[in-house]
Amino acid sequence: MITFMNNSDSEEEPCNERTSLMSAESPPVPSYQDGLQASEAGEAQARRKRRTGSNRSPNNIADGEMSDSGVPVRESALENEEEELTLKYGAKHVIMLFVPVTLCMIVVVATIKSVRFYTEKNGQLIYTPFSEDTTSVGQRLLNSVLNTIIMISVIVVMTVFLVLLYKYRCYKFIHGWLILSSLMLLFLFTYIYLGEVLKTYNVAMDYPTLFLVIWNFGAVGMICIHWKGPLQLQQAYLIMISALMALVFIKYLPEWSAWVILGAISIYDLMAVLCPKGPLRMLVETAQERNEPIFPALIYSSAMMWTVGMAKPDTAARGPSQQMWDAAEDGRENHRSPSHADSQMSETRSPVPTRPITSLEELEEEERGVKLGLGDFIFYSVLVGKAAATASGDWNTTLACFVAILIGLCLTLLLLAVFKKALPALPISITFGLVFYFSTDNLVRPFMDTLASHQLYI
Amino acid sequence: MGAAVFFGCAGIAFGPALALVLLTVAAEPERVFECFFPLPGSPRAFFWLVSLLLASLIWFVSVRLSDREDARLQYGLLVFGAAVSVLLQEIFRFAYFKLLKKADEGLAMISEDGRSPISLRQMAYVSGLSFGIISGVFSVINILADSIGPGIVGIHGDSPYYFITSAFLTMALVLLHTFWGVIFFDACEKRRYWCLGLVVASHLLTSGLTFLNPRYEASLVPIFIITFITGLWAFVTAGGSFRNILKCLSCK
Repeated sequence: MITFMNNSDSEEEPCNERTSLMSAESPPVPSYQDGLQASEAGEAQARRKRRTGSNRSPNNIADGEMSDSGVPVRESALENEEEELTLKYGAKHVIMLFVPVTLCMIVVVATIKSVRFYTEKNGQLIYTPFSEDTTSVGQRLLNSVLNTIIMISVIVVMTVFLVLLYKYRCYKFIHGWLILSSLMLLFLFTYIYLGEVLKTYNVAMDYPTLFLVIWNFGAVGMICIHWKGPLQLQQAYLIMISALMALVFIKYLPEWSAWVILGAISIYDLMAVLCPKGPLRMLVETAQERNEPIFPALIYSSAMMWTVGMAKPDTAARGPSQQMWDAAEDGRENHRSPSHADSQMSETRSPVPTRPITSLEELEEEERGVKLGLGDFIFYSVLVGKAAATASGDWNTTLACFVAILIGLCLTLLLLAVFKKALPALPISITFGLVFYFSTDNLVRPFMDTLASHQLYI
Repeated sequence: MGAAVFFGCAGIAFGPALALVLLTVAAEPERVFECFFPLPGSPRAFFWLVSLLLASLIWFVSVRLSDREDARLQYGLLVFGAAVSVLLQEIFRFAYFKLLKKADEGLAMISEDGRSPISLRQMAYVSGLSFGIISGVFSVINILADSIGPGIVGIHGDSPYYFITSAFLTMALVLLHTFWGVIFFDACEKRRYWCLGLVVASHLLTSGLTFLNPRYEASLVPIFIITFITGLWAFVTAGGSFRNILKCLSCK
């Protein structure tokens, strides 16, 4: 889609995320939570395509209808185009999401395998008070289930709290909360991480240098995430904080609890996003009703171009058709639960909270991109990291989980292209990941080990 | 030992594969086929993994049901498990072929001129390459990880050339999977079932030859000969000829 859209205009071409069936006037509405978001073709999209006059080479029928006034064309001609563009669009986005997810997992696995700190048991979070040191299997299982229940309830409570805050327009509170969480992640956790890495490699570092490094890292991170910054730097920071958060989880969640929590959270994700009364869905719908952009969310976006605040002389020329632009993150998000409730990072995408839609100069431009919530990154990395940490030093298990998660992500994106609405990104991937982890660890590993000991190849 | 062996063996095992990927897949990032079949390798890796999983399940069950003490029986079960795994891999390759055919038809339907933008040969090549890479990675990654650490190879009387021969075997395997992919898809397309049978047979033969390890002359040399022959066969199947090579070399 990007190639098509860019052909017709200059780089100021407002390539936006396709949003499905959102009303033309809706401005960017980034949901507060994270989630997988895809912009789907909708009426506005169709009109926008025609407005921009992109060379729709695949379907010549549409060319005849090309006009800048956005007159709706025969739907059938659109249908075909839509499908093909959906496929191409979807495929490209799959790649765009694979790279950051892979990077995050690589960082987590590399850290787990080299830094001992994150595999040592040094206590547990207060959210998982029951210890797993008991001898009997039943007791251990019971404890892990109880831990999971507590953790999930904390997450549910946080989400509902967030939704309420949003409903009652307590924006400042949420802003403050987000900033506080990202401060903690960017400074405190990075300091701990850096300390452990230096300890592992036995590198001496003095405090002034450390202070300088951490200060710069954290300050630039805050600016990039909450305000403006180069897209790739922003993405890099989001990947890093997801990795840090995942490492914290890997360290402090006891083994069986971690697996049960992963399973439970994918079920929760499924329910929260798809059920009509799910908190995340309500959040998105509220935002859409109000037609206002929500705050910066914990969302990773694959392609964003913020040209906020720039007067765009040529956009004025486009006239009323500009209004059909449902740019930016829209409601199509999978909401990730607020395990980020306690450490939330926000990715500021909307500098102006209430942007009048008719103000053409302030319209933000975005390339087409897909959005994935940071929580999804975190839980994918937790799964792979746990596999790396506990699978008896075996790399096959880690690799199998990695492939399983990527396949799940691919399937989810496929479903996204088909259903064109917000979908939870966790369930399919985590299910595949769990299945592959347990089966590879117990079945494939002995097989491959025995083969390797005889140097047999299959 | 250490980093030198690690990087050397990794380079040997995955060098050709990496070169192939860089030259063919990554060199044309805008190619439609990249767009349509993203995630170089992920679905194919998944298929291969599932086949491995099933084979391990069968082996595991058979081991559990048998007498653990009997070494000959265990070895026999291992051979059986390896053979089952080879067959399952080929079955899943066939299943993947069917899936690709369907997707191809779907794409052809919605494209403008009724043809799919990617040729089946390219898909065959990428599919074979991905199978090869995931198979190679699974075979050799634990060995590579161990080669970094301290240790002495073959201290209990095994061959001291374990790492390097494993690397060479992996390289052969990756290349073989690529060639088999091309030949297999072409054979399925043209319904030449004897070709299919030959591919499966050569896979079984290759796997069987590794049972002759550590007598490396008896296993490595024939495997490389098989690799070369299969490569030539795949080249001819993909439409290459001596003239093509000449044309390519003279940069026309």
